[in-house]
Amino acid sequence: MNIDTEMVDYIAELSRLELQTGEKQAMTAQLEQIIAYMNVLNKLDTTGVEPMSHVFPVKNVLREDEVVPSQDRAELLAGAPVPDEEAFLVPKAVD
Amino acid sequence: MTWETVIGLETHVELATRTKIFCSCTTRFGGDPNTHCCPVCTGMPGTLPVLNKKVLEFAVKAGLALNCDITRYSKFDRKNYFYPDLPKAYQISQLYLPIARDGAVPIHTDAGDKTIRIHELHMEEDAGKLVHDPWIDQTRADYNRCGVPLIEIVTEPDFRTAGEVIAYLEKLKETLQYLGVSDCKMQEGSLRCDVNLSVRPMGTDGLGTRTEMKNLNSFKAIARAIDYEAKRQIELIQEGKRVVQETRRWDENKDATYAMRSKENAQDYRYFPEPDLPPIELSEEYLDGLRAAQPELGEAKRARYQAEYGLPEYDSQMITSDSVLARFFEDLVALGAPPKQGANWIMGEVLGALSTRAMEPKDMKLTAPTLARLIALVGEGKLNRNTAVKVFEAVFDTDGGVDAYVKEHGLEQVNDDGLVRDIAAKVLEANPQSVADYKGGKEKAFGFLVGQVMRELKGKANPQSVNAILKELLGQ
Amino acid sequence: MKLTELTALELGAAIKKGEVSIKEAVQAALDAVAVRDKELNAFITVTGEQALDQAEQLQAGVKDAASPLYGVPMAIKDNICTRGVKTSCASKILGDFAPPYDATVTTKLADAGAVSLGKLNMDEFAMGSTSETSFYGPVKNPWDLERVPGGSSGGAAAAVAAGMGWYAVGSDTGGSIRQPASYCGVTGMKPTYGTVSRYGLIAYASSLDQIGPLCRDAADCAAILDVLQGRDPRDGTSLDGQYGNLLGGLTGDVRGLRIGLPVDCYGDGQDGEVKTAVLAVADVLKARGAEVVELSFPVMEYVVPTYYIIAAAEASSNLSRFDGVKYGWRAEEYEGLKDLYCKTRTQGFGDEVKRRILLGTFVLSSGYYDAYYRKALQVKAVIKDAFDKAFQQCDMLLTPVAPTTAPRLGESLSDPLQMYLSDVYTVSVNLAGLPGLSMPCGFDSRGLPIGAQLIGTHFGEGVLLNAAHGFQHDTDFHKRAPKGGDLA
Repeated sequence: MNIDTEMVDYIAELSRLELQTGEKQAMTAQLEQIIAYMNVLNKLDTTGVEPMSHVFPVKNVLREDEVVPSQDRAELLAGAPVPDEEAFLVPKAVD
Repeated sequence: MTWETVIGLETHVELATRTKIFCSCTTRFGGDPNTHCCPVCTGMPGTLPVLNKKVLEFAVKAGLALNCDITRYSKFDRKNYFYPDLPKAYQISQLYLPIARDGAVPIHTDAGDKTIRIHELHMEEDAGKLVHDPWIDQTRADYNRCGVPLIEIVTEPDFRTAGEVIAYLEKLKETLQYLGVSDCKMQEGSLRCDVNLSVRPMGTDGLGTRTEMKNLNSFKAIARAIDYEAKRQIELIQEGKRVVQETRRWDENKDATYAMRSKENAQDYRYFPEPDLPPIELSEEYLDGLRAAQPELGEAKRARYQAEYGLPEYDSQMITSDSVLARFFEDLVALGAPPKQGANWIMGEVLGALSTRAMEPKDMKLTAPTLARLIALVGEGKLNRNTAVKVFEAVFDTDGGVDAYVKEHGLEQVNDDGLVRDIAAKVLEANPQSVADYKGGKEKAFGFLVGQVMRELKGKANPQSVNAILKELLGQ
Repeated sequence: MKLTELTALELGAAIKKGEVSIKEAVQAALDAVAVRDKELNAFITVTGEQALDQAEQLQAGVKDAASPLYGVPMAIKDNICTRGVKTSCASKILGDFAPPYDATVTTKLADAGAVSLGKLNMDEFAMGSTSETSFYGPVKNPWDLERVPGGSSGGAAAAVAAGMGWYAVGSDTGGSIRQPASYCGVTGMKPTYGTVSRYGLIAYASSLDQIGPLCRDAADCAAILDVLQGRDPRDGTSLDGQYGNLLGGLTGDVRGLRIGLPVDCYGDGQDGEVKTAVLAVADVLKARGAEVVELSFPVMEYVVPTYYIIAAAEASSNLSRFDGVKYGWRAEEYEGLKDLYCKTRTQGFGDEVKRRILLGTFVLSSGYYDAYYRKALQVKAVIKDAFDKAFQQCDMLLTPVAPTTAPRLGESLSDPLQMYLSDVYTVSVNLAGLPGLSMPCGFDSRGLPIGAQLIGTHFGEGVLLNAAHGFQHDTDFHKRAPKGGDLA
């Protein structure tokens, strides 16, 4: 797989990041180098190996369905960049 | 050319747990914005999800009732996308190993019986609510709904008509309500549907290009959206145009679907296994326990009511249409009420009272012991049925004591035939014209005379004995 | 008595005996901060007044104190949530975020009577091996101000080395405790995955992150882990305490212990002085009765790519929540919702963070998931298997922590791939969820500390700490302090 600027544009869009033209060239080159290096994994035959997402056989960690009082709203909203007494505010997001 | 519509459904059902799927905040509907929230469900940094035991149980129960294979080793995955109703910018869902797969739901329509195949059923979390405030031209994000547990039930493209879709949804709703896993209130969004629809020439096998319709929040809207969209696609094809694969929004007011902006369509969710949640491994004992505890569902109840209680099919259908009513009915019978009488009271007075109050059965105060007592008093001849209806109205809203009310208002039926005879004689004496009319063949006049006697006795007499005594006095 | 020369346990004992007041200890640490931190930049936030207030409150309870660390001043890496105290992850995007909740470890430390001096500098979002990617400027190595302290827990390592607190808690995703401990000459440990709660640790890569101590010696390390360990109902991946009381188990007796030397870790690309110093650890332990076994660990070339694919993938998802809506910083100018996201994230994240987000997005994106992410999860299984095989032949592995001693400032960031490759000895430990300990084992010709890494089996913390304890009994590398480090 070769990383080109088109691919970088695509993943930047998915990541909600913007790269300036000069920056994009440099990033593309670095990612290309890093990903080329990662292709070393292809040397290893992993046919039939189960992908391991959790390293321990921990399972069925569940909590009881019991209500705990919610957090004070003012505390939750205190760190919001644009304050409002009851909600988080964003530019128009509803059609 | 004739066309065939091919439909698949994705139904989101909110589970009736007390707390959210990954934190201990309440799931109660409503509440001031962001008051049912904590650092976990608002996606604060460093917080972690822990699965609610009841969510797993409800999802498995639903899977069993829909005849699915339950996945013994199941996992959660992250679905990544940016939107302000999703504070973590990923939804915890299940893609690779959903909790249940390969189910089947038999449905019945006027066109006959059919089985709808379930592709899969998975657990996931709900998103928040966005409300635009035109005064400040800002959208408010309310995360009270964030993390409310959902199951998504995905069917195979097995439907051909809106009627089949509605029959399936009715069945689904009834099943989930009987299980107690959801109240399925469409108006509160606890049952929501996305419809995937394509058309093809009748008799062909391939699938046409499909569109997905969102924002369908009533059975009526679903039926109309299906009819509209099928027609739109057929017309496009007939005009030589192509159907574009896209997501369309149903606009209830305009009675039309319209395409959502294409940017919202371009999605690459980058699903991957959720590292914060360990897998779920279900034992046979766990599943056996849930299987054994599965309640009797609507289908089985209808059959049993007919066989065991001798109820007509119509009555069985009416009563089992709501799990609360069915439970109410069974309680009445258990308390000794004759089944048919119990059914009549439910279908007549109970449903009538609910409907005039615009109430759901589950919100009803009246309990089975109260109504059972009322039915018993009628059966023992202590109340006549008309008076009983009055008592019913009086106690319905409070579940008040029947006996106390009857006593307080002196409503006990007059079973003193001597007294009835005296009153009847007086009435005949006072109404010679009616007596003459009756004797001249006017049946209506007899009704008037009965009414007069009942009035004198304040409605407390047994109508049958009033009839008999009047007829006797009139010389028959 | 020079307070800052004591270990945490020694100070704790002095406090218990009434020889030192908690306030005196806090003041000594704050004095060290005042003198040294202008040049070291180890702290992002110093909570001096709070610490002095807390010292006064805690003093009353000294007699009843259960923890041997009661009253000992310490500091917390800035990616661990502290209620009401700025927690920035050294990123612009979190602004002055003061979480309305504590991390579980913050609570546990407070319950044990720890006094926090403040929050420690680090690589932005723990992504980096040098502590230079911080929005608050680079941390300097107390042994040589021209050099990096390592990363990402560079502030933690530098603070402990320079006497600005007796211990620190940091986080380790691919070496972020062990490598800076090595560069700064302190002892650090990444515990078995799941033994310390991650609740309140701002996630970089959730399946790899673990909180652990950086401190003066193995005994302190054991005492701190005794406070931190234990299952947390708020962390579904946390495990029941499986290693019991660590401090009580320290004897330094290593007779019969089999130490594995993976030949694949002593090949090319490694500084000769590092190799010599690390292998000398084996000799010291052998002299105490341990056995040394050479063995092969044939997956070394796969560990770095596997680690970076998994870590970047998880990071790309974990860091999506930073969007200028709920907390932290928001771009000043934007047009509409999407632009708000883009501008905030583009201006709020540094280059290394962006690089890993993009890399992670790529390996998860449609069409590449199987070739990269899924493949990496398969190789992870192979790496875990290689460890299992190695541990059939030994009880513990001995390797370098890093190929070299601390590099010069600015040297590493110019070539990201080269920087990633320097993590070769540490990342596999996170992939397999194992405990890893880093301890000072010598100095190079420039006088820079060299670290040795001990890798154990799951829940093998006790074995590692005991070996380190034995080694530190016979050596004094851990007792040496950089110039200017002995103030009080």
